Amino acid sequence: MGRDSFEIIVNGVKMIVIFLMMVQVVPILVWLERRGSAFIQNRFGPNRVGPLGLLQLLADAVKFLTKEEFFPEKGIKFLYYAAPVSALIPATLAFLAIPLGAPIKLDTFEMFGQTWGPYTFLIQGYEIGVGIVFILAVSSLAAYTILMAGWGSGNKYALLGALRASSQTISYELAMGLSIVGVILLYGTFNLTDMVTSQQGPLSFLFQGHTVTLGWLPNWGIFYQPLAALIFYAAAFAESNRLPFDLAEGEAELVAGFHVEYGGFKFNLFFIGEYGHCLVASALMVTFFFGGYQIPLITPDEMLVHVQGLMGAGNAAAIVNGLLHHVVFLIKMAVFVWIFIQVRWTLPRFRYDQLMDLGWKTMLPWALANTILTAALIYVAHT
Amino acid sequence: MPLGGVLFIVVFLIAFGCLMLWLASKLGTQKIADPVKYQSYECGIPVQEKKDTKISVKFYLTAILFIIFDIEIIFMYPWATTFKDSLAAGQGLYVLLSMGAFLLIFIFGLFWEVKSKALEWD
Repeated sequence: MGRDSFEIIVNGVKMIVIFLMMVQVVPILVWLERRGSAFIQNRFGPNRVGPLGLLQLLADAVKFLTKEEFFPEKGIKFLYYAAPVSALIPATLAFLAIPLGAPIKLDTFEMFGQTWGPYTFLIQGYEIGVGIVFILAVSSLAAYTILMAGWGSGNKYALLGALRASSQTISYELAMGLSIVGVILLYGTFNLTDMVTSQQGPLSFLFQGHTVTLGWLPNWGIFYQPLAALIFYAAAFAESNRLPFDLAEGEAELVAGFHVEYGGFKFNLFFIGEYGHCLVASALMVTFFFGGYQIPLITPDEMLVHVQGLMGAGNAAAIVNGLLHHVVFLIKMAVFVWIFIQVRWTLPRFRYDQLMDLGWKTMLPWALANTILTAALIYVAHT
Repeated sequence: MPLGGVLFIVVFLIAFGCLMLWLASKLGTQKIADPVKYQSYECGIPVQEKKDTKISVKFYLTAILFIIFDIEIIFMYPWATTFKDSLAAGQGLYVLLSMGAFLLIFIFGLFWEVKSKALEWD
């Protein structure tokens, strides 16, 4: 995690802060979802507690904590309690591997009578060379959480919901994994930071041996891989069990699916996991297809020069620059999170056989076609 | 050293989750003993045993098919990373065609799967 104590402490604190950010975003998302859905459906939504109903978040948290402890008599104790605890892990691990801001390069500085640095801090939990593979591997562990919850509750509905959820998750993982092959072909790397850096500057590509540059467009992946972006985003909806793919919950058929026997804070932990998957999917969309943390048409290094012009050279400018790019990332991510919410309140739910047909017979072949087309185009462009 | 970070955050998350569950059980309302309350949720009829739940074999089949296809897709990942390098090394056609041969088998597998109605849900 680092070479000396300062670096280790900063990296550890950074990971916890990113995790807490994720946890804190969830109530805000719940509020946004309730308000947004209310406006979509022409009603008010929560507007009583505090300004704009914002304190509803706090009220909800207190309510979750003061609910009665409940354990169903037919449940399996270990699985029943392990499921909500482990629901946090897949989404958090995946989220921490995504670069959320430009790296902060610190010069040497004096502190506690010692000289520290120079350091390079990434706004990212940890940098993993095989970033995509790690994220795919970790986020598919969510199926285990759901199965644990479904089996451990000892309830028929919970088991049915868990089976549906895991079956759906793994089916859409194929389309998702295959759509990413096109992205990897484009960037030639698994590393997410390298992907972001190769999206900087204006749109330029090889065409019949010549380099064509379009100065007014950023060099984003969406212009090279539109089909992959569509398939990836649709599969991400299914991965995080959101409408129109929330067959796992299907209130009308299964009451609530795998978390029917959970209440209070245990339910909240599942909720954090589910919203965490939305956040991971949105963050990956931004990283793969929308230039990551970069401001369009300006590279982080050029931006650093501008910031230094305002603040003077030094560590403060580097930190401000890193945080500025972090904010840009969050703004881009918020757009996709909002699409998640809007789609949920716009589309009806699929039927289960339609869901499986869409995953296996439509999205998988299209993702395959995208892979072949991308490889062929890259081959034609480079020879 | 990302592994240290991963281990650290996993331990932290488990501790966090356990702490929250413990806190919720301490802060929560005290239990009111009622045997009916702890039965599994059902829609008004007497609770059935869990082992009575029959599960469609399709779930099992889907899982098997998933494993096969997922391994095939994962096999394409290292190929995709090195594709541009092999183009630069002048072996592009060979690499493209060998993956094409593999994809033919993949497509045949998918086609056969659809044809044999392994993906039909009823």
